Amino acid sequence: MSTRLTPELEAIRREVEGYAQEYGLDYFPVIFEVLDWNQINMVAAYGGFPNRYPHWRFGMEYEQLSKSYAYGLSKIYEMVINNDPSYAYLLHSNAEVDQKLVMAHVYGHSDFFKNNIYFGQTNRKMMDEMANHKTRVKKMIDKHGMEAVENFIEVALSLENLIDTHAAGIRRRRPVEDDLSGENGERPLVSKLKSKDYMDKFINPKEFLEEQRLRLEEAKMQKKNFPESPERDVLLFLVENAPMERWQRDILEIIREEAYYFVPQMQTKIMNEGWASYWHSTIMTQRALKPSEFIDYADHHSGTLATSPGRLNPYKIGIELFRDIEDRWNKGKFGKEYDDCDDMVEKKRWNKNLGQGRQKIFEVRKIYSDLTFIDTFLTEDFCREHKLFTFAYNPNKQAYEIASREFKTVKGKLLDALTNRGQPFISVTNANYQNRGELYLVHEHHGIDLRPDYAEETLKNLHIVWKRPVAIETKVDGTEKILYYDGKAYQESDKNREV
Amino acid sequence: MVLKIEQDYNRFKQIVRGRIKKELRKFITNGELIGKQGKDLISIPLPQIDIPHFTFGSRQKGGVGQGEGNPGDPLGGDPQQGDDPQAGNLPGEHLLEVDISLEELAEILGEELELPRIEPKGKSNIVHYRSKYSSLRRTGPDSLVHRKRTYKEALKRQILAGTYQTERPIILPIREDRRYRSWKEEKKPEFNAVVIYMMDVSGSMGQEQKEIVRIESFWIDTWLRSQYDGLETRYIIHDAVAREVDQNTFYHTRESGGTIISSAYKLCLKTIEEDYDPNEWNIYAFHFSDGDNWSSNDTQECLGLLANQMLPKLNVFCYGQVESEYGSGQFLRDLNERFDEKEEKVLSSRIESKEKIFDSIKAFLGKGK
Repeated sequence: MSTRLTPELEAIRREVEGYAQEYGLDYFPVIFEVLDWNQINMVAAYGGFPNRYPHWRFGMEYEQLSKSYAYGLSKIYEMVINNDPSYAYLLHSNAEVDQKLVMAHVYGHSDFFKNNIYFGQTNRKMMDEMANHKTRVKKMIDKHGMEAVENFIEVALSLENLIDTHAAGIRRRRPVEDDLSGENGERPLVSKLKSKDYMDKFINPKEFLEEQRLRLEEAKMQKKNFPESPERDVLLFLVENAPMERWQRDILEIIREEAYYFVPQMQTKIMNEGWASYWHSTIMTQRALKPSEFIDYADHHSGTLATSPGRLNPYKIGIELFRDIEDRWNKGKFGKEYDDCDDMVEKKRWNKNLGQGRQKIFEVRKIYSDLTFIDTFLTEDFCREHKLFTFAYNPNKQAYEIASREFKTVKGKLLDALTNRGQPFISVTNANYQNRGELYLVHEHHGIDLRPDYAEETLKNLHIVWKRPVAIETKVDGTEKILYYDGKAYQESDKNREV
Repeated sequence: MVLKIEQDYNRFKQIVRGRIKKELRKFITNGELIGKQGKDLISIPLPQIDIPHFTFGSRQKGGVGQGEGNPGDPLGGDPQQGDDPQAGNLPGEHLLEVDISLEELAEILGEELELPRIEPKGKSNIVHYRSKYSSLRRTGPDSLVHRKRTYKEALKRQILAGTYQTERPIILPIREDRRYRSWKEEKKPEFNAVVIYMMDVSGSMGQEQKEIVRIESFWIDTWLRSQYDGLETRYIIHDAVAREVDQNTFYHTRESGGTIISSAYKLCLKTIEEDYDPNEWNIYAFHFSDGDNWSSNDTQECLGLLANQMLPKLNVFCYGQVESEYGSGQFLRDLNERFDEKEEKVLSSRIESKEKIFDSIKAFLGKGK
């Protein structure tokens, strides 16, 4: 079956693209392919890429997708890949109005991919890169056998979240500098500022010299540490320092690269879906919709934005926030004057006819991620109007229940979940733990424990890579613990019990 | 676009198969697979296969939701966080339902229990003919032209005759080149098999005992079905009198009263005589009881029936004694006294609890009869 657009669909595509341009969306060229449900499940199982390295986890994904489709639980409407050109897939059996909606949605995504700065560092030829990865892994399989390669991929995948979310934006490691002190000097020499003898104690006062000396000494101590400072990109650290065979290092690099590619999509899920939904709704209701299609459109649009109590729908929250921002900037509902106003009636009626809404949301889609987006634009009014709440597990009732509707709590919880894309902060602090070349990780505990059974299994996988005992410092029920695996036995001990 | 998920999918299935094998004893013991059985497929709940990460425990996490309700109101279902890219994958709490065919399940059972393939009784006198389009001939109707082979023949001929030009590769088949699909008849011996299940439903057989019988016969059925094309099953229940019932009744009736085992054996014999010629059928008889017979006279009669009339007709006779508080378990002792190790057609096992089902199946089917 050809996957190209039929002439009818191509006509629709041209029409929708015209509207997208008219609204000023700035997207990559989009290549649409029409797939039947089985094909779309396959592509979806591979994360949207037609070529991935071989691994059973994709088979599992496929099984689950096909099953939930077969049971009518879910249906993939749309999928679009951050790539230049963007690739997007349409479901063959969808009605024309759905295809129209999906196309408008896709142009929204592609615009977001192209312009949001968090995507700035992603590889825009990832389609090709993934295919290269596949070739590399296949060669390894030919050489080292399916079993070995597959198992190592599993190990690598188990560690894939141990990367530095902000790595793309921040350069953490300074380039290697020359030794600060002479290699053999016991006391580092402090470089004095030039001065005449009699001025010396004023220009280089004793305290200053002492301070400098301490700083240098500290720097020297740091050099003894390996890594010098905690390394959040644990995968990189392993790639560079763990004793592995070349092909294993290669796999780790592949997994790391793919993990980084997907980071911005996790960081901007709410914004990305909100933005795309904003545009499909705008394009459809203002331009593309025919009267006869109205009911079907409304049905599917509301289906996409449906909410259920225990789940925050990123499409819904995203589109509503964008609309809220547009409205506020159109009416000038921001800034000191507005914030200071105490009169609720006046606040409600506030309208300065600024008309900056559209401009503002284009700016927002460029420089925010979910975390900063929510932090900046989630207002108390919005929270109340959209009935947001936090929920928590009540061990007495063995069920989840609504915990609070207080604005600060809700926002805090939401920000927590978005920080570091919902992953624990973990870094390597010592690669020579107990002076025995053991690897020591630290989990910065911010109130939530690690899942214990998974932590144990992950530690075992880490050991496969590091080949020496591995440990992670964390908290369990409020006490500081060290989880430790030496290749034979797993143990959990109190951190402070040690001498 | 060429998609090749097949390979990954098959790897996944292999892994699932490994899991099922590992968990088989559990499945057999708790009987949860029964009732999940469709026509050809059975759906098996497995713990989610997942790749572990350093990740947050979900219970402590909580999250943000949207909708009506006051603090303290319970949420329906297990919530998933929408802003979490892993939403819906709270592992361990979700089950993976995998469908496998009954045939495959039987195969796994066979491997795990090391069951030998059954050698059907050497009667291949029932022959079943099947025609298959697996050969070629030079004549035939146009609808059966085998184009690929026809063109191949034409190409061969043209090359031999030197009329084939590589720069103008045109191949014109003539009448002699034509090849037609044709069929061959395959003889396939057919083995028929029938299983006759007998169960004691007297007052002393409780719910628990019946559950054991139910689970055990499910697995026996699964295995035997994989060994024979057409397997028939008959069900007989008895207390003081025996009667034939359907499957549902077999598992769910609870009669009360005394136990006269010979009544069941007589009915079994009658069934065989009426419907199943031992020369054409592989006949299996399974009898489950708590081993409490009404009188020792009747037990003697049973053993006599077995030795003289039933065994010559049967592939194998299996007696499973389900222990119950009330049963004396005498029948098993009497049976073993009468038939010692040498009588290969009589197999017996004691099933004290669900955990023993596994071994009992092995005892019954492990001989490959």
